[in-house]
Amino acid sequence: MAKTIAEINEKIKQGKAVVVTAEEIIGIAKEKGIKKAAQEVDVVTTGTFGPMCSSGAYLNIGHSKPRIKLGGGRAYLNDVPAYTGLAAADIFIGSNALPDDDPRNKIHPGEFNYGGGHVIEELVAGKDIRLVATAYGTDCYPRKRLETWINIKDLNEVVLFNIRNAYQNYNVAANTSDRTIYTYMGVLRADLGNINFCSAGQLSPLLNDPYYKTIGIGTKIFLGGGIGFVAWHGTQHNPNVPRTENGVPTRGAGALCVIGDLKQMSPKWLVGTSMLGYGCTITVGIGVPIPILSEEILRYTTVTDAEIFSAIVDYSDAYPNLKPDILGEVSYAQLKSGKVTLQGREVPTASLSSYPRAVEIANTLKEWILSGKLLLTEPVAPLPGVESGITFKPLNERPIEE
Amino acid sequence: MAVSKRIVLHFPKRMVDRPIVCRLVKDYDLEFNILKASITPEKEGLMILELSGEQGEYDKGIRYLTKSGVEIQSLSQDVLRNEERCTHCGACITICPTGAFELDPITRWVNFHDEKCLACGLCIKACPPRAMEVHF
Repeated sequence: MAKTIAEINEKIKQGKAVVVTAEEIIGIAKEKGIKKAAQEVDVVTTGTFGPMCSSGAYLNIGHSKPRIKLGGGRAYLNDVPAYTGLAAADIFIGSNALPDDDPRNKIHPGEFNYGGGHVIEELVAGKDIRLVATAYGTDCYPRKRLETWINIKDLNEVVLFNIRNAYQNYNVAANTSDRTIYTYMGVLRADLGNINFCSAGQLSPLLNDPYYKTIGIGTKIFLGGGIGFVAWHGTQHNPNVPRTENGVPTRGAGALCVIGDLKQMSPKWLVGTSMLGYGCTITVGIGVPIPILSEEILRYTTVTDAEIFSAIVDYSDAYPNLKPDILGEVSYAQLKSGKVTLQGREVPTASLSSYPRAVEIANTLKEWILSGKLLLTEPVAPLPGVESGITFKPLNERPIEE
Repeated sequence: MAVSKRIVLHFPKRMVDRPIVCRLVKDYDLEFNILKASITPEKEGLMILELSGEQGEYDKGIRYLTKSGVEIQSLSQDVLRNEERCTHCGACITICPTGAFELDPITRWVNFHDEKCLACGLCIKACPPRAMEVHF
């Protein structure tokens, strides 16, 4: 029954493609069986909408008259520092960047109300952004100071470039200490007061293609409300983790590096986010279409929350101290039930990733494909798989002795 | 008939040092539970009370407060959800001590039941997209 991406694209163009979401395929496969479902369904769409810290955007602001060389100088967007280690008119704003005068955690927990993620949200919303820059001045770039409003519509390139997004599974966070802790996994109350998780589970892109058989470099995706691409594997991409029988990783595993033109994205899907006591980040919407090229690929997309497990990690000790210990394993079905039994106690659970918005992404992607707005792409190279031997290394610290 | 309501009291500067709430107990036989109390740098006082007692006495107590110059607001409108910013992630659910946030098990939308809200403010800063707003 093997299909090719070219054949599926032909069906999309003729308006004959069958496209369903990774949630819908579960019931379809149950009703019709894997074989029939794989024959009938051409594409399964996925989605995820959660805080993704390794996100940012680069901007080419155009040259001022007289010229200024931002490279090697300093630049701020709404008081948030942008990276200037590039050429004269290119800057990069990272989602975790904070204004120099933000008090951070001086009074713990810090609020982190505005940072790089919020700048990106305002930029994509079409709001004017205040750019203040200083430079050292050269013969060819004499200007030393620039203060101006900028707007996304007037800039040259404005590109979202996220070096690690859409994690394939993720730690589940708990706190066994006797005080509330404030983490990137949210507020964790003392003595196992709550458990937080952050994955779309059965709708999450890489959990539906656990061995990266279809998602690769060049795959065209839903990114931030517009169209983007998989540019590379994400940093910390780690295919060699424990997996269940059906191939699904039971720990954080693969990740995607994604890129796309910010000018066609939307603030609905790029939301500046504040983690109390931790910092600023951005909540990113990503959806990946999975072409059903074989029964095997279809079978992967039928994975349910009950079949996806992750490790509960103690963020008061094991996580900060890089210890491998876990408190237990739990399925997303259990996590989504609202409570988990851990160490003989019922602990309430909460999510940091929005499932209803992940469903909306998968449905949007489905509409885009059905209407022919988005055709599938053949990856130009695969993501590193289990056979790559890649592992996630800790830092090998070598003290510097003067 | 017994009533129990949650109210927000605003004390003007001149009244901050006067014993007001104890009169509710002595004169009107009302029970109170202080949920939150603060005095701003401009010396205005703010207190959130759960007030209970007989309906008739309750009404008299409220009249007494109003006549004394205390401005009264009912509580339920004071914590609002900015529907445009809320992403329905659910981070608020385990933060709220009164269970005012509830997850719809089918759609997984997060419902906010403001009648259960005590305006403690814990959700305000714990909300990642900062969708919860407090208005006094």
